[in-house]
Amino acid sequence: MDALHILAKLGIFAAMLVTLTAAVMVVTLRNIFHCALALILVLLGVAAAYISLKAEFFAVIQILLYVGAIMTLVIFAIMLTSRIGDKTILQNNRQGLISFALLGLFNVFFTGAVLKTSWNLNPAAMAANVDAGVLGAAFMNEYVFPFEIISVVLIVALVGAIILGRADQ
Amino acid sequence: MEASDTIFVAFKKAILGFLQGFLPDWTVVIVSILISITAIAIFGPVTMMYLTWLERKVVGRIQNRYGPNRVGIFGLLQPIADGVKMLTKEDIVPQAADKVTHFLAPVIVVIPALLVFSVLPFGKGMAAVNLNVGLLFFLAISTMSTIAIFMGSWGSRNKFSLLGGMRAVAQMVSYEIPMVMSVVPVILVTGSLSTVSIVEAQLGGKWFVFTPWGFFAAIVFFLCGVAEVNRTPFDLPEGESEIIAGFHTEYSGMKFALFYMAEFMSAFAISGLTATLFFGGWDGPFLPSWVWFLIKAYAMIFIMIWFRGTLPRLRVDQLMGFAWKLLLPFALLNIFVAALWQLLPAPKNLIVAGAAEAVVLVVIFVAARKDSPQKRTYIFAD
Repeated sequence: MDALHILAKLGIFAAMLVTLTAAVMVVTLRNIFHCALALILVLLGVAAAYISLKAEFFAVIQILLYVGAIMTLVIFAIMLTSRIGDKTILQNNRQGLISFALLGLFNVFFTGAVLKTSWNLNPAAMAANVDAGVLGAAFMNEYVFPFEIISVVLIVALVGAIILGRADQ
Repeated sequence: MEASDTIFVAFKKAILGFLQGFLPDWTVVIVSILISITAIAIFGPVTMMYLTWLERKVVGRIQNRYGPNRVGIFGLLQPIADGVKMLTKEDIVPQAADKVTHFLAPVIVVIPALLVFSVLPFGKGMAAVNLNVGLLFFLAISTMSTIAIFMGSWGSRNKFSLLGGMRAVAQMVSYEIPMVMSVVPVILVTGSLSTVSIVEAQLGGKWFVFTPWGFFAAIVFFLCGVAEVNRTPFDLPEGESEIIAGFHTEYSGMKFALFYMAEFMSAFAISGLTATLFFGGWDGPFLPSWVWFLIKAYAMIFIMIWFRGTLPRLRVDQLMGFAWKLLLPFALLNIFVAALWQLLPAPKNLIVAGAAEAVVLVVIFVAARKDSPQKRTYIFAD
């Protein structure tokens, strides 16, 4: 079974490489529609990461919501922009160098923090098989209050969107 | 009976048992995966080829003509002749096209259509993968084909293609919601997202279509599925008489065939899933399980072809109104009816749920009456 594990590892690394490459493409490609397609690839890569962590439910929900619904909205938004035919939309400006330097500085602290933290793994939580049923029960029992609050926020957003988008009478 | 039931599973086991003699364990696992993949990769295209034949034959009969009957007996070799023609045709790429997107779209559109077959239980123990989120996997993956369609329409740089692509996306967004809502009662009653356990919950003729909620959920799901795979009367993205051929206007040869293939394979997958969720999947007496599955799936396909031969194309406003004003509230209220059915004891639940279903139907039809299409009044033609 060892060879299988190595193959699975290789597959995961390949998926991560594709995800990171696509993420770079999202912010560097000059055609905004191509950027959106690269973003879809990134989201699929994140779904693959979920699968490798044995969270199939999250992976599928990720594809259903982000690739299926949100990216469709992004494509609609792109279609509504006027200069879609232009092939060269620059994505960077002259402040690139400064931001890179600041980002490097941030990364130094960030890496330090990651290395210093002792990552305590809870064996009970690692062994627990969290499927959709367990999640649903938790939403309806322990976490019912935050769940309801999120529902109310979403309802308010929905009603607001309908009122804003309604044709004037 | 038992032998014919598990003939494919036994065949796979025999191959693996033979290989186990001289190959290391991990290669046997890989071969086992490859066998399942190969079976699906052959089954999909072959199904598609004979679906085109069946469609032309049935639509021909509906229109009082013979349909293909020149190549082979009953025109049975027609799909192969068509395949050869498609392969040898010139591949045309428009000069202004976005080359990469134009090329990738037909390649990507086939992937989700093939992937969804992996969770369909074709027979007893014949699901390629028994995912514990199989149903959601199916719904999530099938939405991805829309992105490929849109890539093709955008990459063609053609106004008609782009219009078709926009129509496809708008249609998918609308019909996805009632589709997901209509399967919620099934999940609620079986308590599982796995397609295999959904079939097991219906064994022995306890098909969900015989319950008040299941009957209507099956109708909603099937209609949304037909809309999802862009078939008549929901074929606005292709609308030959309005926008030429929509998203595949600029495709020829094998690339066009791939779009066609994806459409037919998705249609079969949707039919198979309807059979799985509401018609007991492979459950049935006398015949082997996989025969029952194919009979049910082909019955659904036949209904789709029947639709095509009978119904005219919907208008865009009718299409949207049908999804948002009729199917969506109906699918939502159906969840409550299913909950009633599940809560009450056995003989009483049928009556109560049936009554609730009737009330829901009447209320929705009365509420949607204001918006339902009126009889057309001709102002200038008299």
